[in-house]
Amino acid sequence: MVGIRTHDLRKVYNSAPPFGAGGGSPPAQRGKQKKPKPEIVALDGLSLEVAAGEVFGLLGPNGAGKSTTVGILTTRVQPTGGQAWIGEHDVWKQQVPVKRVIGVVAQRPNLDFSLTAREILAFHGAYFGLDSHERTKRADALLERFKLTDRADQMVRGFSGGMMQRLSIARAMMHDPQVLFLDEPSAGLDPQTRLLLWEIIREYNHSGKTILLTTHNMEEADALSHRLAIIDHGRMIALGTPGDLKASVPGGYLLRLRFGTNSPELLEKLRSLAGVREVRPVEPNGADVYADRGGSLIPEVATFAASSGAELHDVNISEPSLENLFLHHTGRSLRE
Amino acid sequence: MNGRAFLAMLARDAHVARRNVVVLLFQTFLQPLLFVFIFGRVMVRSGYMPASYKSLLLPGIMAISMVFTGIWAVAMPLISEFQFTREIEDRLLAPIEIGWVAMEKVLAGTIQALLSGLVVIPAAWLILRPVALDFSRPLLFLAVTVLVALFAAAGGLALGCTVNQTHIGLMFSLVLTPMIFFGCTYYPWSALDSFPILQKAVLINPLVYASEGLRATLVPQFPHLSLIAVLIVLTLFDALMLVLGLRQFRGKAVS
Repeated sequence: MVGIRTHDLRKVYNSAPPFGAGGGSPPAQRGKQKKPKPEIVALDGLSLEVAAGEVFGLLGPNGAGKSTTVGILTTRVQPTGGQAWIGEHDVWKQQVPVKRVIGVVAQRPNLDFSLTAREILAFHGAYFGLDSHERTKRADALLERFKLTDRADQMVRGFSGGMMQRLSIARAMMHDPQVLFLDEPSAGLDPQTRLLLWEIIREYNHSGKTILLTTHNMEEADALSHRLAIIDHGRMIALGTPGDLKASVPGGYLLRLRFGTNSPELLEKLRSLAGVREVRPVEPNGADVYADRGGSLIPEVATFAASSGAELHDVNISEPSLENLFLHHTGRSLRE
Repeated sequence: MNGRAFLAMLARDAHVARRNVVVLLFQTFLQPLLFVFIFGRVMVRSGYMPASYKSLLLPGIMAISMVFTGIWAVAMPLISEFQFTREIEDRLLAPIEIGWVAMEKVLAGTIQALLSGLVVIPAAWLILRPVALDFSRPLLFLAVTVLVALFAAAGGLALGCTVNQTHIGLMFSLVLTPMIFFGCTYYPWSALDSFPILQKAVLINPLVYASEGLRATLVPQFPHLSLIAVLIVLTLFDALMLVLGLRQFRGKAVS
């Protein structure tokens, strides 16, 4: 059983970060005068500890530093500062022993287009020193498990996105790694395949393997992870079990309200309502209300609004969720 | 180094090359053999070129084929694998130092370049018959061909990890085409005697040493550069390209 640990991990890109690591980066400018290269801080002192046998989720919006974290832990990105360990091995100093125990599914398909699905698995097994009998056995089993047997001998060039994603995950499991990294594993998958994938991930974890997955899908993070870290701008902003994290949002319910005019007096009144824990003004004429109850607050809110001369224009109620948690900590939606 | 992983990667490249063998054959041999046919046969039989030109041409054609096969075999897959398909990631994550992933590419490219050189000889010989080739110094011939093949593959590594996908066309027109025409492939270096500046300038072109080296071992009856000088310079070029290529490869592989 192998765990994962990082200490004060920093990464500053001074060129465009690789795909899937860091979003919204300004392109490097090339003029006659040499301008200083733009620096993009992808990770800003991230310390994590993932127990052996745990499914750990990294949740955050695009550009939060999730892929960079995975990149560093999988030897593909050199950290600017800090340290990372897989089990006993320092990732940057002992790359080969680290690569032996990890399996990686990148955010973007990176299958070997010159090979068939079966060959991809077989050659991957060969890189990891499996003998030919073992390669055949494992490849057959994985193709079956991922429902790819009927396409096993076709070139992957013609595969759909979902099939490529399934094969990528099968390949990462081919050498039976102790630690599996999944970067946005269900992006672009249909709901049925997503469920199959979740089942396979849980099953793999039950066999004692550590899994680190990144996602910006709260449902997925909630369904799979034992513990979650929410990260934004390369920093951890919350850590805990999905249940603990959700319980940490004041009230749990979030009412996003929009009024016709801006009225500070109205916000004061809202704070006095029973069950309201926190009211945050939102520019220009809105408020985020964290409360113990949801829909039952609306009639009172509407009455207060009418009496303050600020008509209620829009209401959005969400139940306790990781999305609300993210919003509470950052003031931004995960999807922004 | 992990020998099993290295061999598995080599097996993967051999497997892919076998699958693409027809395309590879056309890519490698069509142009040099057409050249051999037009210059060595049409021009000679029609009397525009002396018969001795045939023997002079063959080592040059062999040098072009080898250098291009090697560069192509390593550079083109690397350009697309690093920038477009990212399919090399699977090998970068294999339990082996990433420098060896690059060395495997170089070895595979060297083998392909050697094969192309060795196939050009009988093919050209068939078209050009009779042609006077001297195989009396097989070890020297082997040394030159291996150095040329290694140069091609290591050069492919350096180019493939440097050139951007959008600049492939530029790589051909700006690097490879001048390299062929100023590479003493279709004429011996001594033919530049009356262009003294050019004659000095082309000495920075590694293809000059490849052509002249092959000329020195296969058709020593023609004037050629000193074989010792050729061996030394080719070794230096090989080392330079390997160091440069490995550095560029690491830069690409790790961000």
